[in-house]
Amino acid sequence: MTTAENQAGETRGTDAPNILLRLWRNKDTRSVILQILTISLLFAFIAYIVNNAILNLEALGKTFSFDFLGMSASYDINQRLIEYTSQSTHFRAMLVGLLNTGLVAFFGVITATILGFLFGIIRLSHNWIASRMVYCLIEVIRNVPVLLHILLIHGIIVHVLPSPRQALYVGDSIFLSNRGLTIPNPVFGDDFSYSVFAFFAAIGIIIYFRRWARKVRDDTGKIYPVFLISLGILIGLPLFVFLITGAPLTWELPKLGRFNLKGGVTMIPEFLALWLALSVYTSAFIAEIVRSGILAINKGQWEASQAVGIKRGRILQLVIIPQALRVIIPPLTSQYLNLTKNSSLAIAIGYMDIVATIGGISMMQTGKEMESMILVMGVYLSISLGISAIMNWYNKRIALVER
Amino acid sequence: MKKLSYALAAVAVAALTFSSQAAKAGTLEDVKARGVLNCIVNTGLPGFSYTDKSGRWKGFDADMCRSVAAAVLGDGEKVKYIPATGKTRFTLLNSKEGDVIFRNTTWTFVRDVDVKLNFIHTTYYDGQGFIIRKSKGVKHAKELDGATVCIQTGTTTELNLADYFRANKITYKPVPIESNEEARKNYLADRCDTYTTDASGLAATRATFDNSGDHLILPEIISKEPLGPVVRHGDDQWADIVRWTVYALIAGEEHGVTAANADAMASKKNPATARLLGSEGTLGTMIGLDKDWAKRAIKSQGNYAEIFERNLGTKTNIGLARGLNAHYKNGGLQYSPPFR
Repeated sequence: MTTAENQAGETRGTDAPNILLRLWRNKDTRSVILQILTISLLFAFIAYIVNNAILNLEALGKTFSFDFLGMSASYDINQRLIEYTSQSTHFRAMLVGLLNTGLVAFFGVITATILGFLFGIIRLSHNWIASRMVYCLIEVIRNVPVLLHILLIHGIIVHVLPSPRQALYVGDSIFLSNRGLTIPNPVFGDDFSYSVFAFFAAIGIIIYFRRWARKVRDDTGKIYPVFLISLGILIGLPLFVFLITGAPLTWELPKLGRFNLKGGVTMIPEFLALWLALSVYTSAFIAEIVRSGILAINKGQWEASQAVGIKRGRILQLVIIPQALRVIIPPLTSQYLNLTKNSSLAIAIGYMDIVATIGGISMMQTGKEMESMILVMGVYLSISLGISAIMNWYNKRIALVER
Repeated sequence: MKKLSYALAAVAVAALTFSSQAAKAGTLEDVKARGVLNCIVNTGLPGFSYTDKSGRWKGFDADMCRSVAAAVLGDGEKVKYIPATGKTRFTLLNSKEGDVIFRNTTWTFVRDVDVKLNFIHTTYYDGQGFIIRKSKGVKHAKELDGATVCIQTGTTTELNLADYFRANKITYKPVPIESNEEARKNYLADRCDTYTTDASGLAATRATFDNSGDHLILPEIISKEPLGPVVRHGDDQWADIVRWTVYALIAGEEHGVTAANADAMASKKNPATARLLGSEGTLGTMIGLDKDWAKRAIKSQGNYAEIFERNLGTKTNIGLARGLNAHYKNGGLQYSPPFR
């Protein structure tokens, strides 16, 4: 067929339209031509949009520049992990917002993972009531939009909890009011560094101990309770050093000031609401992922393991979980990304994340819509790609190694 | 459900990107072709712009939208209200979602020059104040050290607040909130000790409280807040139309032209009112409208004094005195250049 076409083309001569026609009739060259066309159309479209944006900005008399990042922001931010005052720059305000996003995403991912694994495992339990209750819980949680979770929890904190003067308290150290959760602030003495040193030493000892235990197991078949011993070293050694150096740690207790509790560390209601709502919402999805991961492991794996006489706990640890993780990790990554991106809903309750700072107040005060939105999108893209990279690395590490 | 300004901002950026012919001239033609004035207003601030039980927009700013619509389109009801938060209003204007902002917006240098807006006239001279429960025992703003303060985010009040506390070397905890309504709820729930916004807004908000007597507006006014309508840079004809419609309302008060007597006044021989109301001269055609434009504006919602008294005045439950907003002949600042 192809040769026939080629011959027909040759006999018709080689002027330009015929060459194009011939190229078009050939399956391989046709697909190349189509790809070139598609890509040029795409670039033309992008060029059109960019050009349009430039023209429109010009028509409005606006310039495209990021110079405003160096100007003084002149607004205050209620939750800041780094030094920031109203005289700091918009760039600094963006960093404060970025760290606030990072903080809620970090704690959110940890809590969601713990809750999610817990729910997922209970969901598989043979206890009918427990499994059904968690099932209902998961269905309710994941079928209500996350924004409503956020508003609900924020509403409960602000409208139901008492004001600081009537705060709920534990002893004279933990206070819960509609201004947030206030806990004592640790004040570290000079000698506390020894305890920190002991902690890192403990980690070193554990690594060595685990290698040794594995060697003993391989050589003699004797199995130590590695996890418990490791945990003991990790807690025991720093605690011992802490005590013999005279417990160099005091707590700054919150006290009632004229308006608010003074001293201590306060988690503001906006942070609490966002953190809890994102954790609970995402945990429902993680629970289902964990359940599917464990159920994906063939029953035969259990039976085979039991047949060679491995204990139930060790089967789970050595056979089931490593295989289940391979199924769990990829969708889990996507849940972590969702949680991080959903944190932008912070705007609904006034949590000062990256969207509320650079994409909100800074944008508003400077009128730099295009620049601010590009920055915000760039930041989310970077965070998401970062999380993906870490999870992909972990996934590769636990992937099935074919021998 | 509250609109998410993030989504709005993204849409606005997209609109900025896609609207192929931006703000050259032509807002007047656009409005006439559309047959409706797109007016950007507050999402809900009693006395200025809010919806009543039947869903009708009411208030000082909302009525002035109608005055402009009456001047331009001949019918004060041909207004589409676009509720905006403090953060979304300018983006909505610059992306041509709206033709004019009547949203108690403060005139500042940066907004005028760098955000590329045209401020028309100060329709309401205001200043920023604080409201606080009497039970907190605070009498002056300087006693607010350590207080939690609710603010509407993206407004000048946010910046004034930071300046005021820094200048007085006292601390505070800001609680940024999107709208006046949300701020009201948070203040009433005691999430914050005090709420700060324009004093007129405080009075208007306090009027909606069940026990408004339990709340004190502190005597300190910490800023100048000249509030007024805003249009885009670059369309002088449209800016003129909005500006002179507002002046017509003020001149209406000066010459005693009201909604009720506008027709009768037009036929009288007083040259100033005759020029204003179009029975003499061609002012209307110069601005791109017809001769009756100003008469229609006044007939639609009344003159400046009528609009003020109906929405904010001492007889309303908001109960604001004219103060700086009185006509210049009564010792205020409201003054219209001559119509000639």
